[in-house]
Amino acid sequence: MLPRDRKGGSQARPYRFLLLIPLVFLALFFFYPLLTIFSISLAPEGQLDLSAFATVITSYYYRDTLGFTIVQAVLSTVLTLGLALPGAYIFARYDFPGKVLLSSLSTLAFVLPTVVVAAAFSALIGPRGVINDALTAVFDLQSPPIQLERTLAIILIVHVFYNYAVALRIIGGFWATQSPRMEEAARVLGAHGWRLWWHIRLPILRPAILAAAVLVFIFTFTSFGVILILGGPRFATLEVEIFRQATSLFNLPVAAALSLVQIILMFALMLVYTRLQRQPATELQGRVARRPRNMREWMMVIANVILMVILLFAPLLALVLRSFMSEDGLTTQFYRLLSTNPRGSVLFVPPIQAITNSFLFALVTTLIAVLLGSMAAYLLARRESRFARWLDPVFMLPLATSAVTLGFGYIITLDEPPLNLRASPLLIPIAHTLVAMPFVVRSVLPALRAIAPGIQESASVLGASSWQVWRLIDLPLISRGLIVGATFAFTVSMGEFGASSFIARPDTPTMPLVIYRLLGQPGATNYGQAMAMSVLLMAVCAVSFILIERLRSAGIGEF
Amino acid sequence: MLTVRDVTRAFDGKPVLRGIDLEVERGEIICLLGPSGCGKTTLLRIIAGLEQTDSGDVLVEGRSILNTPVHQRDFGFMFQDFALFPHIDVEKNVAFGLKMRGESGVQERVRDVLELVGLSGFERRDVTRLSGGERQRVALARSLAPNPRLLMLDEPLGSLDASLRERLALDLRAIIKQVALTAIYVTHDQQEAFAIADRIAVMNAGLIEQIGVPEAIYNQPRSIFVARFFGLNNIVPVVQRYAGQVETVLGPFEVTGAADTILLHPLGIQLADPELPDAIRGEIIERTFLGDAYRLEMRHHTGITLAFRVSARESRIPKVGESAGVMVSPDMVIPLVDGEN
Repeated sequence: MLPRDRKGGSQARPYRFLLLIPLVFLALFFFYPLLTIFSISLAPEGQLDLSAFATVITSYYYRDTLGFTIVQAVLSTVLTLGLALPGAYIFARYDFPGKVLLSSLSTLAFVLPTVVVAAAFSALIGPRGVINDALTAVFDLQSPPIQLERTLAIILIVHVFYNYAVALRIIGGFWATQSPRMEEAARVLGAHGWRLWWHIRLPILRPAILAAAVLVFIFTFTSFGVILILGGPRFATLEVEIFRQATSLFNLPVAAALSLVQIILMFALMLVYTRLQRQPATELQGRVARRPRNMREWMMVIANVILMVILLFAPLLALVLRSFMSEDGLTTQFYRLLSTNPRGSVLFVPPIQAITNSFLFALVTTLIAVLLGSMAAYLLARRESRFARWLDPVFMLPLATSAVTLGFGYIITLDEPPLNLRASPLLIPIAHTLVAMPFVVRSVLPALRAIAPGIQESASVLGASSWQVWRLIDLPLISRGLIVGATFAFTVSMGEFGASSFIARPDTPTMPLVIYRLLGQPGATNYGQAMAMSVLLMAVCAVSFILIERLRSAGIGEF
Repeated sequence: MLTVRDVTRAFDGKPVLRGIDLEVERGEIICLLGPSGCGKTTLLRIIAGLEQTDSGDVLVEGRSILNTPVHQRDFGFMFQDFALFPHIDVEKNVAFGLKMRGESGVQERVRDVLELVGLSGFERRDVTRLSGGERQRVALARSLAPNPRLLMLDEPLGSLDASLRERLALDLRAIIKQVALTAIYVTHDQQEAFAIADRIAVMNAGLIEQIGVPEAIYNQPRSIFVARFFGLNNIVPVVQRYAGQVETVLGPFEVTGAADTILLHPLGIQLADPELPDAIRGEIIERTFLGDAYRLEMRHHTGITLAFRVSARESRIPKVGESAGVMVSPDMVIPLVDGEN
């Protein structure tokens, strides 16, 4: 990478103040709601009053919630890393048929919306899932034999499903750059079995394992949709508790205090993560992956591939199957029913309406996020190093903030003057933009930084105006980054659940919200419709994902 | 001490070793020399146990070690990239093998070995902050510390500056000899091989083409491949064979054995009066000053070129474009087999 502190293109350009727009956006729609949460939790009546905070800190109930949040996150992290470590090993060291496909598809899991994943696992092992259906039919049982719904087990399984690819990519990617000679040297010197893992492999992988662990911990700590849909009322993470306190109990000071606790914890973890990422990269060796050469190596590869297929694809397959299955056999009725409104309730529009809503929201989100995100990328790429270094994490902050907290912040700040947006259709795209913008920045910034310092000047010297320089030089060079960022923004918006669950108006639900509502209703038809809607949402995400993967293989984006 | 018997190995159906036989004596430094892709590193890794054989056997003291896992073979191995463990300091790197074997007196041994390689006082240093030469010596110390039965070195100077290499090769030899180790050394650099080896095995395309002491191999290459590998390119095809003599376009030469090709070794070529009846005549097409000598290249009218050296103290050295004559010492006419695969 080029040194950050070059002042390439720092020549006077018109409209430079435009670059400040993303900062204004962040201040209005991120910092303002967050600060309001702070003030409500610490001073609900306008005066410093720590009672809500004290309740949260001292109450056994909230302490248990925090305890459960931590315990499930730790268990999820340990399980994920334990399963992904052997997978990372075979990905780093061996070439085998289908490897590239498997690696791409494993990442697909990560971009799928929580509601889709929850629906998929419900379709696989839920009481109405394909496995239970089959077992009930084959053994003529009265009730489904696998009872995982509303247990910790299913929460953990889904968390592993979600984060397996994260751990696999981070650890496997790091591992592939480490010379296999170190292991061989240790073996010649007498190390073997667990000592090889303990003395050599794990210490060498330590930075990657820690980074992956922190990231998986962050993701599972703030888990929302999975717990809400699959865990039932017995389980609540902080995130779910914030949601319940704010929407069902209207206990805003407690919700705000919980948000504050979570924000502090998340920022601390994000700091740890960015520090780990700054670890010096070791020298990159050439490609070391090779074909397995003996029985043992093939067994290891095959065992991992089977695990990945079962863990990652069985649920998605079950989802598709289940969406076409009724008690009378194969059917497309659930898809057809999406355009009707069976309950006729004023608050409940035909599900198909949600598809239109989601697409419109996603398009607007993409537009705003790409505009603001690329402005932010310019700001980060052009300014002097210290300013950019300070600003860079600021643009990443929304990623570390829970979507529920954000949504909560919106309903307490944006429904009164000076910013009354409660009724505005823009509210959802604005919230989605905050989550999506970091992806745009991370996609465009590397492309911008890679523009050699001299070429814009060369174009100017050759007679191009600054507008022409941008259109003829910058734009073609960052276009792929822009497309990747736009696709990310679109996908994020389509699947966003946490913030939307707070701020979406009842008459304009999004696809994830409708899936959530349908899953919560009794009846085979509602369930089937939830499956059908999930399949549609999954298809949209899969298409976006393929696009991203194709463009990214050309080396775009830093993640 | 070590016997390699008819070892073969193929990767993805492509043969890499095609029947290797090798005998290494106790206390000997043997060098596997050859171009990249000749199979020398694979052979080394098979001996170490890091690679499997398809057929053949590897024996130590007459007993097969093929079923002995790597970590029980009691060998030392130095890798080209040194493969130092980046997460532990110099002392812990060197102590690693001793710890794995559960030996006592680790600290003293580490101190002794570091002294041997000239790194006393480096115990607490971070291995990632050492220079290339220092890392090479830590790697050597690490492989020497457990006192292995056999030391294997895979291009241990390959990643260092050329200027350092010859000096370090001599140091390496001195240290290995001092502790009386048996060693197998892999390299593609002939100068390095000459500096370090007791015997050299020249490998090509999965076979050992020739094995012997460095002088014998350089002075009497057996095949066209070996001659070319050492830069001996005065290769002349035989037109007609007689008993003890061959006829070529450059004239008749006396050789023992039947050969399709002969090498006129540069060491046996001297400038001579072109008018002499036995002289080979031609035109000088290249003249390179090397400091203590000139390297001359002469083209015969048939197109065959002969390269040779002339001492820089020689009174009259022909210039490019001049015609000249040379004589060839009969003992430096070497029959070559067509060993090029």
